[in-house]
Amino acid sequence: MDFYPLFNSLRIAAVSTVLIFFLGIAAAYYVAKLPRLVKGVLDVVLTLPLVLPPTVVGYFLLRLLGPKRALGLWFLEVFDLRLTMVWYSAIFASAVVAFPLMYRTARGAFESFDLTLAHAARTLGKSNTWIFWRIVMPCCKQGILAGTVLAFARALGEYGATAMIAGYTPGKTATISTTVYQLWRTGDDAGAMVWVLINLAISAVVLLAVNMLEKKQNRPARTAPASEEAAP
Amino acid sequence: MNLQVEIHKQLGKFRLDVCLDTTSGHITGLLGASGCGKSLTLKCIAGIEQPDRGRIVLDGRVLFDSERHINLPPQKRQVGYLFQHYALFPHMTVAQNIAVGVRERARRKERVAQLISALYLEGQAHKHPHQLSGGQQQRVALARILASRPQVLLLDEPFSALDSYLKWQVEQELAQLLSDFSGPMLLVTHNREEVRQLCRQVCVLDHGRSQPCIPAEQLFTAPATLSACLLSGCRNLSRASVNEDGMVEAEDWQVSLSPGSPLPQGLTHIAIQAHCVKPAPGPGPNRLLCQVEQVVNQAFSTQILLTTPGGSQGFSQLRMEVAQDVWAALGAPPSLWVELPPDRLLPLTS
Repeated sequence: MDFYPLFNSLRIAAVSTVLIFFLGIAAAYYVAKLPRLVKGVLDVVLTLPLVLPPTVVGYFLLRLLGPKRALGLWFLEVFDLRLTMVWYSAIFASAVVAFPLMYRTARGAFESFDLTLAHAARTLGKSNTWIFWRIVMPCCKQGILAGTVLAFARALGEYGATAMIAGYTPGKTATISTTVYQLWRTGDDAGAMVWVLINLAISAVVLLAVNMLEKKQNRPARTAPASEEAAP
Repeated sequence: MNLQVEIHKQLGKFRLDVCLDTTSGHITGLLGASGCGKSLTLKCIAGIEQPDRGRIVLDGRVLFDSERHINLPPQKRQVGYLFQHYALFPHMTVAQNIAVGVRERARRKERVAQLISALYLEGQAHKHPHQLSGGQQQRVALARILASRPQVLLLDEPFSALDSYLKWQVEQELAQLLSDFSGPMLLVTHNREEVRQLCRQVCVLDHGRSQPCIPAEQLFTAPATLSACLLSGCRNLSRASVNEDGMVEAEDWQVSLSPGSPLPQGLTHIAIQAHCVKPAPGPGPNRLLCQVEQVVNQAFSTQILLTTPGGSQGFSQLRMEVAQDVWAALGAPPSLWVELPPDRLLPLTS
C-alpha cells in the first residue's frame, strides 16, 4: 500500500501548524490589546476562515496565488516557483483554514491572563520581553497548546480548499482526505475504508490530547490557602 | 526619605484628586470605602496607571511630573507593590519567585537564601505558591519585593485575602517585618482596625478626593469630616447647624447642644461615639429624653438602641454603650434621659 498521502498530510499539517503557531500567537497578543472597535473588526476578519466554506477560501487563494494572478505571477517570475497544484500549495489552504482555531484559543488564554502578574513583574524591574516569555507564555501554556493541537487536527483534515489549490495527483499532491474522496469516487470502497480508519485514529488521538490539556487547564491555578501553620 | 504625591486623573465619571505626603519609618494608612480610588492611587505611584496631571516625587527623585513630561516606567521607579492577592507567579517556586526580584545577578542565590530565612520561609523554597498558606504567600510576595530593594512600599489591602481568625496574627508578623524597612510605606485599606494597629498617620479618601493626613488616633478621637467619622466606625450621627446663640441644633435628634470646643467653619454634622453617651438622672443641658428601642448584651458591655425626640428612623436613633452592671443598676427602664457630654461631641464638616 502507498503511504504517500499519510506522509504528505502530516508534512502539510506540521508545516502549517508551525506557521499558525507564531502568526496566531502574535495576532492574538496584539489584538487582545487593541481598542474595542478595531478589535471587533479584526476579530471578524481573522475568524472568518473558520465559518466560510473551504471552497470560498480556496477561491480566494486561487485568485491570489494562481499562476496568472498578482502574487502567483510574481513568485513564478522572480523565483520560478509555482504556488498552485504542488504539494506545498496545500500548506496555504490548511494554514488559512486552521489559523482561527489557534488565534481564538490563544486570545482566550491571553484575555484570561491575570494582568496583575505582569504589573508585579514590571514593578520588580523586568522588561516587557522578559514578562512575555517568562510569565505570560508559561501561564497561558495550556491554552496555547490546546490551540496548537486543534489547529494541527484541522490542518490534517483540510479538504475543500486543498482540493481546489493543490488538486489530486497521486504521489504528488494526494493527502488523506483527497485520497478518500478519489478512492470512493472510483469505486474502491475498501481502499477508502483504510484511509478513513487511519484518519479516525489520528483524530481520536488528537482530541484525546486536547481533552487532557483542557482538564489540566481547568485545575484551579491558585487554590485556597492551606491552613496556617503555627507562628514562626 | 519622603514621598510626595499630588495627582489628578479622570476615569469616566470618576475623578481622582489625591494629595499626600509621607516620610520614612512608619506606615501611612490610605483609608476609604470600596471604589474610592485607593488602589488606583497606588497604581499611579507604581507607574502602572498614568495620572492626567500632577507630580510624584520620591526623595527628590521625580517619578512623574506632567508639566515636565517625566513619567518613569514602573521598572525604574523602585517602588515595591504588595498586591491584594500577592500576584505570585503560579508556575514558579518560592525561590524562583523571590529571585525575580533580585536585580544584581551575581548575588542572586545568596540574596534569595538570605530573604528566605529573614521571612521565615525555610523549607518552603521549592514549593509552589498554591501549596502555601495565605500568610506564607504574603511573606513570599514581601520577600520578592524586598529583593528588588524598593525605596517605598505600597501595601494594597494585604489582609483582605486572609481568613479573619488568622488576620490578627499575620498583622502582627507583618508589622514586625516592616519595622525594619527604612523608606515610606503606604497601606491601603477599608478596615479601621488595620489603621489603628499598623499606621501612625492616616489619609482619608472620599469618592476619589483625599483629605489631609491626620495622626491615626485622631481618626477615632476627633475625626474632622463626615467620611472620616463614618470610616472610624462611629454610628451616632446627626445633621447639624449652628443657631444664633452659638448652640448646635442636631436636626436628626431634635436637640440643642452646647459645643465643648470651638466649631469649625461649615459645620454639617455632629457625632458622638456610643461609649460617650451617658445615662443621666433627669433633664439638663445637653440631655434628651429617649425611648429604649432595643438592648443588646455584648461580651463586656451593653449596647442600647435609643429613639430620640427626632424619631426612630436611621440617623435619628442613638446608640449608647455602657458597662453591663451600669445598665443592670438602671433596672431596664422603658425611657431615660441621656447626656451627650460637650467635650465628647465631634463637630464634622462634609
